[in-house]
Amino acid sequence: MTRVSNVAHSMLPEIFQSWFAARGWQPRAHQLELLDNASQGRSTLLVAPTGAGKTLAGFLPSLVDLSSLTPSALKKRGLHTLYISPLKALAVDIARNLETPVSEMGLPFTIETRTGDTPAHKRARQAERPPHILLTTPEQLALLLAHRHASQLFADLKTVILDELHALVTSKRGDLLALDLARLHRLSPSLVTIGLSATVREPIDLQRYLVPQLKNQAHQSELVCVTGGAQAKIGILKSAKRLPLAGHTALASMPEIYKAITAHHMTLVFVNTRMQAEFVFQELWKLNDASLPIALHHGSLDVGQRRKVEAAMVSGTLRAIVCTATLDLGIDWGDVDLVINVGAPKGASRLMQRIGRSNHRFDEPSQALLVPANRFEALECQAALGAVEAAAQDTPDARIGALDVLAQHILGMACADGFNTDELYDEICTASPYATLTREDFDRTLDFAATGGYSLRAYEHFAKIKQGRDGIWRIATPRAAQHYRMNIGTIVESTMLKVRLGRMTKAGTPQRGGRVLGEVEDYFAEGLVLGDTFIFAGEVLRFEGLIGNEVIVTRAAKGVDPKIPAYAGGKFPLSTFLAERVRAMLANEKEWESLPPEVSQWLEWQKEKSVLPKKGELLVESFPSGDRFYLALYPFEGRLAHQTLGVLLTKRLERARMKPLGFVCNDFGICVWALCDLGEAMRNNSLSLDDLLHEDMLGDDLEEWLSDSSIMKRAFRYCAVISGLIERRHPGQEKSGRQVTVSTDLVYDVLRRHEPDHILLKAARADAASGLLDLKRLGDMLKRIRGHVVFKALEKVSPLSVAVLLEIGRESVYGEAAEDLLADAERSLLEEAIG
Amino acid sequence: MNKESAQQSAILSIGGLRLTPDASGVLYESHEKLLIVSDLHLEKASSLARRGSLLPPYDTLDTLKRLSLVVDRLRPQTIISLGDTWHDTHGPSRMSDDNAAIFTALRKNMDWIFITGNHDPDPPHFSSARVMDEIQMGGVHFRHEPKIKITEPEIAGHLHPAAKLRAKGRSIRRKCFISDSTRCILPAFGSLTGGLNVLDKAFDPLFPEQKFLTHIVSSDQLFTVGPQSLVSD
Repeated sequence: MTRVSNVAHSMLPEIFQSWFAARGWQPRAHQLELLDNASQGRSTLLVAPTGAGKTLAGFLPSLVDLSSLTPSALKKRGLHTLYISPLKALAVDIARNLETPVSEMGLPFTIETRTGDTPAHKRARQAERPPHILLTTPEQLALLLAHRHASQLFADLKTVILDELHALVTSKRGDLLALDLARLHRLSPSLVTIGLSATVREPIDLQRYLVPQLKNQAHQSELVCVTGGAQAKIGILKSAKRLPLAGHTALASMPEIYKAITAHHMTLVFVNTRMQAEFVFQELWKLNDASLPIALHHGSLDVGQRRKVEAAMVSGTLRAIVCTATLDLGIDWGDVDLVINVGAPKGASRLMQRIGRSNHRFDEPSQALLVPANRFEALECQAALGAVEAAAQDTPDARIGALDVLAQHILGMACADGFNTDELYDEICTASPYATLTREDFDRTLDFAATGGYSLRAYEHFAKIKQGRDGIWRIATPRAAQHYRMNIGTIVESTMLKVRLGRMTKAGTPQRGGRVLGEVEDYFAEGLVLGDTFIFAGEVLRFEGLIGNEVIVTRAAKGVDPKIPAYAGGKFPLSTFLAERVRAMLANEKEWESLPPEVSQWLEWQKEKSVLPKKGELLVESFPSGDRFYLALYPFEGRLAHQTLGVLLTKRLERARMKPLGFVCNDFGICVWALCDLGEAMRNNSLSLDDLLHEDMLGDDLEEWLSDSSIMKRAFRYCAVISGLIERRHPGQEKSGRQVTVSTDLVYDVLRRHEPDHILLKAARADAASGLLDLKRLGDMLKRIRGHVVFKALEKVSPLSVAVLLEIGRESVYGEAAEDLLADAERSLLEEAIG
Repeated sequence: MNKESAQQSAILSIGGLRLTPDASGVLYESHEKLLIVSDLHLEKASSLARRGSLLPPYDTLDTLKRLSLVVDRLRPQTIISLGDTWHDTHGPSRMSDDNAAIFTALRKNMDWIFITGNHDPDPPHFSSARVMDEIQMGGVHFRHEPKIKITEPEIAGHLHPAAKLRAKGRSIRRKCFISDSTRCILPAFGSLTGGLNVLDKAFDPLFPEQKFLTHIVSSDQLFTVGPQSLVSD
């Protein structure tokens, strides 16, 4: 034991020491180190793998501190500790786990949870008489801070524990939480924060997040790292069948997956999308001769059904669960002894997090199997394996705080005690994502929150927040406060429709009848035509019609195949870090030995027919096929960056009069095809790859395309909702015949025409650039490959390009502009009329 | 329908009028130099602002500018605004001086007929403009709200028709005209006015058995599409 932990151990009160002893436990060094730091008022980031006793470490300082209070002091004590988790289920789970030590030691603390499900009267009571320890979510914390009595409520707050911090900080929720933390630090200046995190690439980002940033000077918390734990045993599943060139279903590997499940007690089968989950679940049950209890868990399933699966898992009655990211985060669901990851892992950190779900005993190795669904994914799995062995991390960079979230926060602060402009600006700059916020952006966001921020000052009378004579900004009307509370949060769901089992009347019309199976996004339901069959909730269903906002389905007859394709590639783009490893692997033939034979053979073919790019090179191939001419590029930069590149490349080819027709891409490469001979044009120098791939494509070309693209409209819609410009739709608010809300697309068009530099357009633009277009990554790539482009003119398709071309039909391709589709519909009318 | 009407679907014969749906969302009768526009909903943003939604205060300017462009191009003598010219009764008093000037210029040397709508039952009276609940020209009735039972052809607004179709994994929703041989309903022209899907039940009694055509407005082009290609929301 280190000196620090010796000191700390002596700080551990008798009652705690005997509790540990009674369980045959020793307090771990990191637990004591946190205790020591907290007792001296130092905030700490604890980085530890799963099973290291992170939760107890986080709570120990609070429990020890509270236990030192006399019963009467405890009675008077207000809120002492806040625990914030990204999932409400996690908050509930932790509260349950915390009850055990507290009740075993007979400590009379009050511990409560507060989530969206907590009844209103209880929430009101919690604001009046808070428990000692409150476990909640970032949204609920924002609501509490916007309460009129927030300053009293949090005045004596001593500790904030932030769980799964690495997962929280990568999104707008992280921005919101950072702003709320800044406020908490102000209300309670001696506040100690404790961040709990899985291993990350740059812990310093999280250390800064935990403490107030000072002007022009970074400031960070202490760091405690728990290393070690047993090395995970990870393998790549060897399938008896050959790996296909493309596709994401991993159909060929199902027998081996099933076999692995039978050989273990409890298996988690992770997939990347809900559709994949449905598919894998179906396929496993087709093989399930032993009728093993295999369940399905994803975010679209009915809550009741999910809770049932979770309960069955805890009680140990299941053998396997097919699940998506909903089980990614650290909920302790019991004795998992195998994790299978189907499809590409997309990132090393994500993979480690998933593998960590198996075997929660710290010192025993986790068991994991990776199942590539195609040959590219085999490369990726191998790269991820190497990364895990090297304990390398690829978590994303720290965020720049979003302005729409700031607008929401400003409204909240006006609902609380009100604020002074300079003070609020200073406070917000102490939040690490907003440390670089300019005063101009702050002022414009404040102006937006007040009157919409338009240069045409039309709404002074209708301001949502107003500055009083005392200089303090306060919420202007109870209505505006209500509006704020109803629109809190940063998660904008696409509209969901319930899927309900129905029955057909004699007249053949659908009728509500059975239970709700879950929810689907409205865009999916929109695509369904009467009689379409699709997989959902583990069954093949037949679409019978829409009633209100419900999708009415019946069970399809046995043996009917789902008609609507129920698979999709991973939603997450390949991480930059893994991409680099894959590129290095391609360049190094020695590494091919560890790949499945059909994969290394495929690479051999590529070498023979074309060429494999060396490290740092970008390979571009041209070849004719049918009456088209193709250009294939392999940047390995992930789907998002490739899509953006595809659009811009096609635009340039159009301008060069090459008559491009479309493009298709996946995580690894991109294929563009045209009517003109692209290879010939390169050879005779009428088309230059250097020009085609010049960084200046991210200038005017990008702007021109972006301003009118659905991507910007989507980003704008999210910003409009988060910033409070447009009201959220709430469940129960049925769509009435006439549209009540104004479509954000119309708002976007008007705003773009009349005030193109409006702050909300700026916010939407920033979101689109980072989240949907991966512009930074594309820009970095274009810079990197300058002077390193290898061009190969081929007579026919290359082995690598086949795998990209097979995505055609799965992915939407360029050229499907709205007007083209409308023209198609017009033609079909004509044909019907003539025919 | 026969071949001919499909190929020339861009001209609607309703009553004695031959009307051309324009890609801007207005209807034009070249013989009478008559332009018909519906549901301008002027001052909609400022109306919503009173209830706390601070949408861009540029909708009136945008709508008037777009209308000015159409007028410059088609040069009508008469304009019928088919009701809901204003989003609410107090709209005219909230209109800025600049926008009022544009609106005045638009009315210069032209006959305007303002049909009353449910949003503006009592619109302001301008010189050289008439305010009417309904008007009849060439055997066709012009009114705001379409009537379910009609014995004579009508042209109306009010419903803000929009068409949605779906192909190749995408869905497209746009404002549209909806018509048959006796009736045409115009899309809402106002910049912040959305649309109601033509497959909504509100259209059922007007176009029984879904016998209608839509003329879909998209990026200054017009596409004629039948109900079999459309989907509901």
